[in-house]
Amino acid sequence: MADLYDQIQAEIAKYPDRRGAILPALRHAQEHYGWLSPEAIEAVAEALDLSPARCVAVASFYDMFFLQPVGEHVVEVCTNLSCALVGSDQVLRRFEDELGVRAPGTSEDGCITLRRVECLGGCGWGPVVSVDEEYQEHFKPEDVGPLCERLRASRPTESHA
Amino acid sequence: MPEGPTFAPPTDQSILLPFAGTRREIAEYEAHGGYQSLRKAVGMTGEQLVEEMIASNLRGRGGAGFPAGRKASFLAPGGERYLVINADESEPGTFKDREIILRNPHMLIEGILIYLWMIRGTAAYIYIRGEYHKEAAILEGAIAQAREQGYVGSPLLGTDYVPEVYVHRGAGAYICGEETALLSSLNGDRGQPTAKPPFPAVSGAFKKPTLLNNVETVATVPVILGMGGAAYAGIGTEQSTGTKMFSLSGHVRHPGNYEMPLSATYRDLIEGQGGGLPEGRTLKAFVPGGSSMPILMPNQLDTGLSFEAVVAAGSMAGSGAVIVVDDRTCMVRFALRTAEFYMHESCGKCTPCREGTRWITELLRKQEAGLGSSEEIDLLLDICDRVEGNCLCVLGDACAMPVRSHIRNFREEFEEHARLGRCPCPDDAPMSELYPPLLRAPLPMVAAT
Ligand SMILES: Cc1cc2nc3c(=O)[nH]c(=O)nc-3n(C[C@H](O)[C@H](O)[C@H](O)COP(=O)(O)O)c2cc1C
Ligand code: SF4
Ligand code: FES
Repeated sequence: MADLYDQIQAEIAKYPDRRGAILPALRHAQEHYGWLSPEAIEAVAEALDLSPARCVAVASFYDMFFLQPVGEHVVEVCTNLSCALVGSDQVLRRFEDELGVRAPGTSEDGCITLRRVECLGGCGWGPVVSVDEEYQEHFKPEDVGPLCERLRASRPTESHA
Repeated sequence: MPEGPTFAPPTDQSILLPFAGTRREIAEYEAHGGYQSLRKAVGMTGEQLVEEMIASNLRGRGGAGFPAGRKASFLAPGGERYLVINADESEPGTFKDREIILRNPHMLIEGILIYLWMIRGTAAYIYIRGEYHKEAAILEGAIAQAREQGYVGSPLLGTDYVPEVYVHRGAGAYICGEETALLSSLNGDRGQPTAKPPFPAVSGAFKKPTLLNNVETVATVPVILGMGGAAYAGIGTEQSTGTKMFSLSGHVRHPGNYEMPLSATYRDLIEGQGGGLPEGRTLKAFVPGGSSMPILMPNQLDTGLSFEAVVAAGSMAGSGAVIVVDDRTCMVRFALRTAEFYMHESCGKCTPCREGTRWITELLRKQEAGLGSSEEIDLLLDICDRVEGNCLCVLGDACAMPVRSHIRNFREEFEEHARLGRCPCPDDAPMSELYPPLLRAPLPMVAAT
């Protein structure tokens, strides 16, 4: 993973202290490995010259770092106040029915991980659903089916071969 | 497929975002007078700029309302020092900083460059919440354009000062919006608050003197320099000058961000700009400044939007997030959803917050399920008292204050849950999927064995 190492070095250059680069480094590693596997943590630790334990200590503080494997796609439903007032619970429940899992969980085929998350900063445009880090505003229960179909169709073909 | 964000049109008194839609390209921004305030600024000394900010009487837009000019004057002089922009925006109900970045990123960059010049900062870091993926990319794009134009990374407009601006992405933690937690996070530690002193002005980013402000605060700086601090101070009220972005959400006809002069009222915002509640619904309560603030009641709609008016009404203006709640809403559920958030986001460093937010949530869960009692409502109030004022940062208070206000104003509704042994709300009330009333029939008494 020479390119991950280089990416992390480029991040380090932005900070007077290399430890400042730990969040961007973890993010790059997660993008490379899909989740922060022991291998990914090892790569970050080495590039930053920190102990793996310290990297895990920092990573485990944040909601967006996955210390367990996740599905190929990650769907997050905001159920905080503003979204809840305009129907996010119904959206979440429809996802759970469609995927056959309770949030947080991953559909049996490993395709979609469903999470319930706190305010995403789109409260006036709710319900807000984040799909692979891209926000979808004004999300309705009837959008759940088509979205899941699209995500299933865009599965990388080589996986689970 | 769902539509993207729908930006509300500018109000009559918009000075921050006085146009519809977006203005992301630097050429467009410059064609409308962009980067002229920066030119004005480099003709002034740092002290003169601080004076101008003090004259404007601008108060911080991140939540606490601290005077921006005074904060800038506290920064320890000389040497390595940093500017940090708080773009963590996570207080439930708040989505204004995101709109500023989506619609007019160069206004923020110009404000940053003026502030950097004012303090001769080593560099600026924009700490943006990790979920704002697209917004971070927009800022990176705007910085790249500013770099091409020679505003960033090269001597600034004929001076020998070289400003540098970086985007630093968070990774999902509400507490990282609190300034000391944000700085811990930026420094590569777990994002937990630290005791003050030392204040950021003495030891902040990378243990150096740091000036930290909210996105909207800094985005307002070019406007202030453009019109002059004294003219800016002429808008709004004496203690709360200028205009501010208000994020309007919940049960309102036209949700969105509205720029309001601070002399306007909640009625102007909710009924005037927001068009009031949807047909057939009536106002039950509203959150005046983010979910951590005590709620206000319909008879308080004429409260002013200014910091002092909201305090006089018994709450706080906070981040300017206004959540409108209609008559169908169960206030026990509302309190529970509020408390669950703060429990989830407590960093765990101090006991009253870590344990208190959990206790409050558990008791509210019981109450909502109809398994609580009148005594336990008093116990909830007692716990709120024990949490508030006893924590390192104000996240503990942020849980206790609103919940206390929900109970105080809707005590009868809490009592009714206990009396009936279930939630009395209809099946189609908001939040009825995660706390379904049908499952709330009284549980059979557990037989003593
Ligand atoms: C729990 C907590 C969360 C906060 N979240 C934010 C936030 O998301 N954005 C923000 O600008 N300020 C937030 N603040 C306020 C900051 O600590 C700080 O006062 C502010 O960023 C200073 O900028 P200003 O003076 O320009 O308002 C938060 C404070 C607390 C206690
Ligand atoms: S009050 Fe809560 S969030 Fe703040 S430092 Fe204490 S435990 Fe952490
Ligand atoms: S409450 Fe859902 S985005 Fe803020």
